Amino acid sequence: MITRRDLLILACGAAAGGAGRAHATPAAMEEAIRKVTGGAAAPKGRVRLDVPPLIENGNSVVLSVAVDSPMTAADHVKAIHVFAPQNPLPNMVSVYLGPRAGRARFTTRVRVADSQTLVALAQLSDGSFWSDSVAVVVTLAACAEEVK
Amino acid sequence: MARTIVNVPATARRGDIVTIKALVGHVMETGFRHGETGALIPRDIIRSFVCSYNGEEVFRAEFHPAVAANPLIEFSTIATQSGKLEFRWSGDNGFSAEASAAIAVE
Amino acid sequence: MKARLLLLLGAAAATAAAQAPAPERRSGYDFMARETRAMQDDDATNPGMLWVLDGEALWRAGAGASGKSCADCHGDAAKSMRGVAARFPGFDLSARKLVDLDQRINLCRAQKQKAPAFPPESRELLALSAYLGRQSRGLPIDIAVPEPAKPLLEAGRAAFRRRQGQLNLACAQCHDALAGEKLGGSPIPQAHPTGYPIYRLEWQGMGSLQRRLRNCMIGVRAEPYAYGAPEYVELEYYLMWRARGMKLETPAVRP
Repeated sequence: MITRRDLLILACGAAAGGAGRAHATPAAMEEAIRKVTGGAAAPKGRVRLDVPPLIENGNSVVLSVAVDSPMTAADHVKAIHVFAPQNPLPNMVSVYLGPRAGRARFTTRVRVADSQTLVALAQLSDGSFWSDSVAVVVTLAACAEEVK
Repeated sequence: MARTIVNVPATARRGDIVTIKALVGHVMETGFRHGETGALIPRDIIRSFVCSYNGEEVFRAEFHPAVAANPLIEFSTIATQSGKLEFRWSGDNGFSAEASAAIAVE
Repeated sequence: MKARLLLLLGAAAATAAAQAPAPERRSGYDFMARETRAMQDDDATNPGMLWVLDGEALWRAGAGASGKSCADCHGDAAKSMRGVAARFPGFDLSARKLVDLDQRINLCRAQKQKAPAFPPESRELLALSAYLGRQSRGLPIDIAVPEPAKPLLEAGRAAFRRRQGQLNLACAQCHDALAGEKLGGSPIPQAHPTGYPIYRLEWQGMGSLQRRLRNCMIGVRAEPYAYGAPEYVELEYYLMWRARGMKLETPAVRP
């Protein structure tokens, strides 16, 4: 039976190189998060991960994380980490900041290999961890040119 | 040296939170792609980005292969005093790039 | 499989034809996600600006046996090159030949600077063409068709309508009949080359219109022409003429 993917490959003559693509294992994802939290809980809240739910090209996706924090010397965000369980490596980007940032927010552009749930995790100055997650769908690029 | 584009407001009032955008030309080769002969293309990425304000580090980022080619990083800092913001990117194969921007704080 | 594909394309074509016989011309920009449009709109985050700045440096740098820079003859590009990219490809009356912007740059290098040509898709050629394109950003595309160039325009038009490749598809079948529909998850644009060279997310870099045309030819499983082939220049000429009056967006960002 013809699948949607076959159809696209047929329509565009794209190489079917995606089939053998490496994904991080669930264990690798857990390990990457544990490395940051040391096993502490990171409940959902205070963090807002902003990424388009429908991605038109996974090669460059605008991603922002903002954390609800006064960013004072006594109470601020120390680090923000972003993870992608279905990328070849779970770690995407980490930033380190402090009260001099004024607000706990950054934007970058990332690669998203496949439809998956991205996770952002913030480490606060009181030692607590907070998180957010967003499910994204990567639409198949219709006219891929090169072997990947 | 790699081309960089940094965007910092030229002037600000003391205490203002200013937005900074920093763009650098780099392929960010993931190390997971295969070339036309089937051989793995070795990883070549920027690993670290640091912003210092009059010599003091105010923001740092650690990049992995998931950061897109020609990396952009957008963040903020509080305008404390007139001076210089310095940006440094470093990575695989001895990659290093620098940029700076002046800010006048009233 | 092929029969089913054609069936699908056929069905979509019939729907499109029934809906809008002559749709308004729209830039590929209009078909992009909000985030991708924002990436193009902000010079501080548009990655194509990295090439534009490289092009500015090249514009001022001496080259070849003459040691002359572009600026030595042309001065301030913001003035001398304003609107120029919007007029290419153009018919060179002395050489009796159609010339695109990349070829024009290399002609200058050969004749005036006594410098070797930049290879197709080289960083330098893309940087200079992006820099020149940037000087016409916001200006309408303005393609002249003098009498001797008319057959070349017609050749380009015929190429756009000619079925080709193993999939036996013409450009017009997707970009006229199916524009606004989707191929997989991606919208099919009207194929107006309003922002070349473009920063294409798929390429993770900058590329010329000819690279994009090669892409489409490989897509329909046709044998692409070599870079610089007259067939490409004729097709570029027709496409730019077809987009006349639309505003140049260089350096555009496309998915």
